[in-house]
Amino acid sequence: MADHITLRMKVNGEDRSVEVHPFARLLDVLREDLRLTGTKEGCGEGECGACTVLVDGRVVNSCLVPAAQVQGSEIVTVEGLAKGDELSPLQAAFVAHNGAQCGFCTPGMLVAATDLLNRCPNPTEDAVREGLAGNLCRCTGYSKILDAVHTAASGGEGK
Amino acid sequence: MRAYLPDCDLRVAATLDDALALLAAEPGVWTPIAGGTDLMVVHNAGRLKATRFLDLSRLAELRGIAEEGDCLAFGALTSFTEVREHPAVHRHFPNLVKSARVTGALAIQNRGTLGGNIVNASPAADTPPSLLAYGAELELVSPRGRRRVAYDHFHLGYKQMDLAPDELVARILVPKPQGHSFHYFRKVGTRQAQAIAKVCLAAHARVQDGVLAELRIGLGSVAPVPARARHAEATLLGQPVAALPVAAARAALLDDMSPIDDIRASAHYRSVVTQNVLSHMLRELATA
Repeated sequence: MADHITLRMKVNGEDRSVEVHPFARLLDVLREDLRLTGTKEGCGEGECGACTVLVDGRVVNSCLVPAAQVQGSEIVTVEGLAKGDELSPLQAAFVAHNGAQCGFCTPGMLVAATDLLNRCPNPTEDAVREGLAGNLCRCTGYSKILDAVHTAASGGEGK
Repeated sequence: MRAYLPDCDLRVAATLDDALALLAAEPGVWTPIAGGTDLMVVHNAGRLKATRFLDLSRLAELRGIAEEGDCLAFGALTSFTEVREHPAVHRHFPNLVKSARVTGALAIQNRGTLGGNIVNASPAADTPPSLLAYGAELELVSPRGRRRVAYDHFHLGYKQMDLAPDELVARILVPKPQGHSFHYFRKVGTRQAQAIAKVCLAAHARVQDGVLAELRIGLGSVAPVPARARHAEATLLGQPVAALPVAAARAALLDDMSPIDDIRASAHYRSVVTQNVLSHMLRELATA
């Protein structure tokens, strides 16, 4: 049995190579090995969405992904959404609407909403709710998050 | 960070033949893993006995949705998202689209697979009732060859399947409904996404000359396995849709279920709600 594997992937646009346990979870590789601690662990069972990242352009729960399965893949975490110091329009809308309170769900929300807007630039209310259905927030009551997504979708015009 | 057992191993299969050879060489040692949306939950909770995993996710032989004669053939690695997005699935199997849409949420649907939903063998899984209603067949593969099993004979008992240690589910073949047919799917859970079913009922029917000529009903979360409602079906088949024996069908349905009390619902709730969903389905059928 190999005690580690070499994992090569592109993370937030950068080629990375890291030695990991053969059954390491993507979440732990991101947080522990690559020190990208924006991605959070909430439930560890795919219910809460705090660990949401993009793998090859699709949202996944990184707590449920064996890292070996993303060999050669392209990963985007919340750290990859801003351009340098400039927040993405979605992130800026979250700030403007107070879409974060305790902030623990926010990285997952931002990644899921980024995916939604990539697939569907002008989503209906139902589409936004479905796009974020896998991301739980216990603070905001969701309305400010939904407002932020609609604002970002309409190019910064408030809802 | 969750501690993983240091003796865990994962082998990535490059070809289907490689995967089958390993399963045959060390029977029962390697647990196949695809999307991981069920296995990793149990692993993260520290309750998974298996320590050797065989990654199937790169096997092109197990991918894709294709027309094959009168069937649509789904590779076992077909994700719920692929089920949701494929035009032929929308055209022929609306219940499967609905099942896939209510399985977890998008992040689960992008990773979870149809084959995994079957072999994880949860009685509460969302696609099996629809597969039962459509009369699906499974194609199993091993180094000994391929064989087919009617899906309604595949689940033998709780987490027991007609699947040898050296076999994998290769494809799921679902016959395309002919002519005008009726499709019904209803999952009862605490919310629309991320919920595990308290009750699930899928039905497919064909009416000819005002009479119920074909009917299959698949049930979830009310028996140790995803189950056909054969007693209820027998009560209804051959009856005029304008005067369906609803009360008799509700009574017969009790013989199709053996629900239990658990954290999601009581056995009583499951019995009554499954009967009510059956009544709702029959009302829709009568006015379809």
